[in-house]
This record gives sequence, C-alpha cells and structure tokens, in this order.
Amino acid sequence: MSTFVQSLRLWFAPERARQEGETPDYRFSLANERTFLAWLRTALALIGGGFAVDQFLPDLRWGVRVGLALALLAAGVLCALRAVNHWVRCEQAMRRGEDLPASRFPALLGVVVAVVAVAMVVVVVFGWEG
Amino acid sequence: MTEAVGPGGAGGTGGAGDAALRDPAPRDPGLQPERTRLAWRRTTLTCTVAAVLGARAALHDGASVVAAVACALCLLLWLGFLAVAHRRMTALTAARPHPLGRRTATAAAVCTGALAVCAAALIL
Repeated sequence: MSTFVQSLRLWFAPERARQEGETPDYRFSLANERTFLAWLRTALALIGGGFAVDQFLPDLRWGVRVGLALALLAAGVLCALRAVNHWVRCEQAMRRGEDLPASRFPALLGVVVAVVAVAMVVVVVFGWEG
Repeated sequence: MTEAVGPGGAGGTGGAGDAALRDPAPRDPGLQPERTRLAWRRTTLTCTVAAVLGARAALHDGASVVAAVACALCLLLWLGFLAVAHRRMTALTAARPHPLGRRTATAAAVCTGALAVCAAALIL
C-alpha cells in the first residue's frame, strides 16, 4: 500500500520523474501511452456495462441489479486508477532502465469479469424477477 | 518539458516542426504517433458511449432535479475528457511528440472515475 501512496505522489509531481534517469525513445513512451489508453477503454467499457445492466435488465430484483451494476462500476474505477498507476510505474522503469513492473491486476480483473458474467447468466436464465 | 529525442534523433532544439523541416524523412515508419492518436480517438468514442448511457439513465426516470444535475455532470465529464484528448491529439501531430504528461493522464483517469461515481449516484 505504501508503494501505491508513493506512486500517487508521483502522479502530481511530473518534474521529479522527468529529472530521474534518461528520457526513453519516444516510441516506447507512445507504446506505454497506448497501453494506458487501452486500460482506460476497458474502464470505460466496464462503466458503460454498469449503466447498461441498470437500464436494460429492469425486470431483475432491485438488489441483484444494483449489486451487479455497482460491481461493474467499482471494477471500472479500479481499472482507471490502476491504468494511471501502471503507466507511471512503466515510465519510471523505462527511465531507470529497469524491467517493467509485473502485475497481478489483469488476472484479478479477468476473474472479476468472469464472476460477474456467470452471475449475469445465472440471473438472466433463472430470471429472479422483482 | 524535455525533448523526446529518439536514438540518433534530430538535434533536440526547436519544436518538432523545426525537425521536420531539417530532416526530409522524420516520420516513424511504424507510425507510432498516428497509432497513438487513433488510440485516443477510440478512447473518446468509448467515453461517448458511456456518457450517452449515463445521460439516458439520468433522464429515464423522469426529470427530477437530481437527474438533471447528474445528466449535466455526465456531459461535463464527457466534455472534459474530449478536451484532454483533443489537446493530446494536437500534440501528437508532431513528428517526434513529447511523452504523455502526468496531469493529462491523471485528468483522463479522473474523468473516467468521476463518470463511474456519477453512475453509482444515479443507480442508487
């Protein structure tokens, strides 16, 4: 958690990171930026999914519908925050010439999305209507 | 801002337009800036879909004050995201663009997160 706070501080202090190490090839920076954007799109898609569950499954019981929607929205927020965090850490690693940071997040997100998807299938097939 | 100069890249003085004038073929053959610009465009489209769904959710339940405020907030966040993306896409027209700034990245992510918070407020 302390590493997260440290990198959180780095988000708002761009000058400090710029001074450290050397500027990587601009193509690497742009590739890192595209990865960041791909994660941001994932976050936006999850948020859109949260809206969609709320609106297009109106027959579900209130609790189930809101629970699913909030799970998707929370995953979206986490994904967006993690996108910035991972981008910052990758940039730092490139500047210092270190290995890129390993991450458990993709696996975690995959499991969460799978669980939500299975829950939706169960809910839609067995029709827990409110 | 530091200059983003690749290995054996052009000088480092002056803007990218300068470099383009001096070097007859400064374009990256992999078209990295263009690909990054298109990635931003895709992201704005995804944001548009999410914002439209948000506005729809806000106005679906009838026009209460809360719904109107939430709808306006969704559109405002969408506009904020568009502004951030537009600035970055303009910067990416350079042959050797600067790396993404932290404030830009944070602003884009904050717009996304705020949209989700707005959504949660609408759903509850």
